Amino acid sequence: MVTAISTRNIEPTQSNSPRTDTTPTDSNPTDTNATPEASVGIVQTQYVEFDQPLLLASGQQLERYTLAVQTYGTLNADKSNAVLICHALNASHHVAGVLADDPKEVGWWDNMVGPGKPVDTNHFFVIGVNNLGSCFGSTGPASIRPDTGKPWGAAFPVVTVEDWVMAQARLADRFGIDRFAAVMGGSLGGMQALSWSITCPERVRHCVVIASTPRLSAQNIGFNEVARRAIITDPEYHGGDYYAQDVVPKRGLSVARMIGHITYLSDDDMAEKFGRTQRAPSADGDWHYGYDVEFEVESYLRYQGEKFSKYFDANTYLLITRALDYFDPARHAAGDLTKALAGVQANFLLVSFSTDWRFPPARSREIVKALLNNATPVTYAEIDAPHGHDAFLLEDARYHAVVRAYFKRIAQEISHEVSHGQ
Amino acid sequence: MANKHDVRRDFERIGNWVDTRSRVLDLGCGDGDLLDYLHTVKQAQGVGVEINDERVIACVKRGVNVIQQNLDEGLAMFGDQQFDTVVLSQTLQAVHQTEHVLLEMVRVARMGVVSFPNFGYWPHGWSILRGRMPVTGQMPYAWYNTPNIHLCTLKDFEDLCDKLGLRIVERVTFGPDKEVKWLPSWRATLALYRFTAAAQPSKQASDVGVLA
Repeated sequence: MVTAISTRNIEPTQSNSPRTDTTPTDSNPTDTNATPEASVGIVQTQYVEFDQPLLLASGQQLERYTLAVQTYGTLNADKSNAVLICHALNASHHVAGVLADDPKEVGWWDNMVGPGKPVDTNHFFVIGVNNLGSCFGSTGPASIRPDTGKPWGAAFPVVTVEDWVMAQARLADRFGIDRFAAVMGGSLGGMQALSWSITCPERVRHCVVIASTPRLSAQNIGFNEVARRAIITDPEYHGGDYYAQDVVPKRGLSVARMIGHITYLSDDDMAEKFGRTQRAPSADGDWHYGYDVEFEVESYLRYQGEKFSKYFDANTYLLITRALDYFDPARHAAGDLTKALAGVQANFLLVSFSTDWRFPPARSREIVKALLNNATPVTYAEIDAPHGHDAFLLEDARYHAVVRAYFKRIAQEISHEVSHGQ
Repeated sequence: MANKHDVRRDFERIGNWVDTRSRVLDLGCGDGDLLDYLHTVKQAQGVGVEINDERVIACVKRGVNVIQQNLDEGLAMFGDQQFDTVVLSQTLQAVHQTEHVLLEMVRVARMGVVSFPNFGYWPHGWSILRGRMPVTGQMPYAWYNTPNIHLCTLKDFEDLCDKLGLRIVERVTFGPDKEVKWLPSWRATLALYRFTAAAQPSKQASDVGVLA
């Protein structure tokens, strides 16, 4: 089904055995009790190439593609301790640890994944993968198209959450992993985890869905559309083929990021962070009576937007927001989420955050309700946290305690099976 | 909210009422001890509902499936007759929407089980005669910090069931040391009931004496 592993930048590994990153702290994998939390250390990216065409939901086909991958911890002998971490809109395969060439580049979920952390790499083999269409090493609109020698640009096919899952499943095949101990993600990553449980039910033991939703609301799609229009109407977008012009639609992308960023924060959070604080008031404290930055919040959003536009690809932003819009597993079951989830075999952990208005607790409860209808084992924690949607990325003792306890149970389950020779 | 001794006997009796491998919903499940017990003795497939963060974490630690929710927000998350048994163990007296929760219980499960401290326990009356709110092992709180806002006697509860059209199938009453059958209204510290919706014919109806 898949070709032998081939990697770029690092030496090819033989057969199906995956490479694990050298971790200076990965010294005591048998200690089941509390180990001090540590970083997985310096991590390396492997680029896994696939030359079997991937048929996409749109009907289009990707002839060949590369996935950028990082792994942490050690895959056990029966390959039962693998955890797949799926990323959200602007993240990547760099989930934990730091990059050798830039120690400041800490993984996006470093507080969650590592030795002694909630997803403990002393027990689990954790895979971070950059999705197709993204811009951090996996094949995407900015990649060079093999048949033309030019960037894909606007010609890159629209991909869906299900397409990502199919690509990730091939990656699992490459590692020889038949069944994940857990597939986990927050926000859009949670959608991928949910999709895994539906599309590959026998390959997921536990599904961990954090701050997510079974579908976007009209309001969610509305925000995405504003972001896309900002990009597409930027004169430097050039119909998506801006690479050839050696420009990027950075103004549009900045605005897209600004509006996205607002939806990640809660009203209270913004009030506390910025309030109505003036950036640089006049000597007498008066307004400037103009349209340049007046308030701190404006300065912050502009800064975030500009920073983002320097490292993120505009076409990828369009593609990923569209994948968000299209995600709706109940669509194939006449809108009935219970039916859509009828075939899942995984046990579930769902977590939502009280002040998340992007994907509020009510959206997670819909998933919980559907799972309960099917008598699927589910645990649901609703964390009263002030940080809005972003809370899933932040450290919160209760949130992390729930995830930690849940993963401890998974580790016990796996070691129990190993000791009983199953 | 209760002493440990009573909780265990409470559990044993509930364990006798729960069918093997049946689905049990425990409202206000605390740290998941009852569901853990029912899983051990009856392989029951349990789901707990709990609002407190620490207790939710305790449930996850022991492998009990728990839904973090406030009971007073209702049981909308649960479908009609989704469970075989729904338990409200020593929580009734702390619930705001008492009538609503009792009716919801018989909607989501075939059989409801409720236990609560009996306010009619005679030393409570003695305490009130002396001019003080009762503070006992069963209800160890002072009047100003108690979560027990809806205390009742056996008769009070049975009247409410009558009003709501709930049919009591069985009642068990415990004193401080053991089960009590003589003068339970005065001598019981803890009352345990199982009930169904009145309209619903119950398998147990014939083999148990209906009380109240």
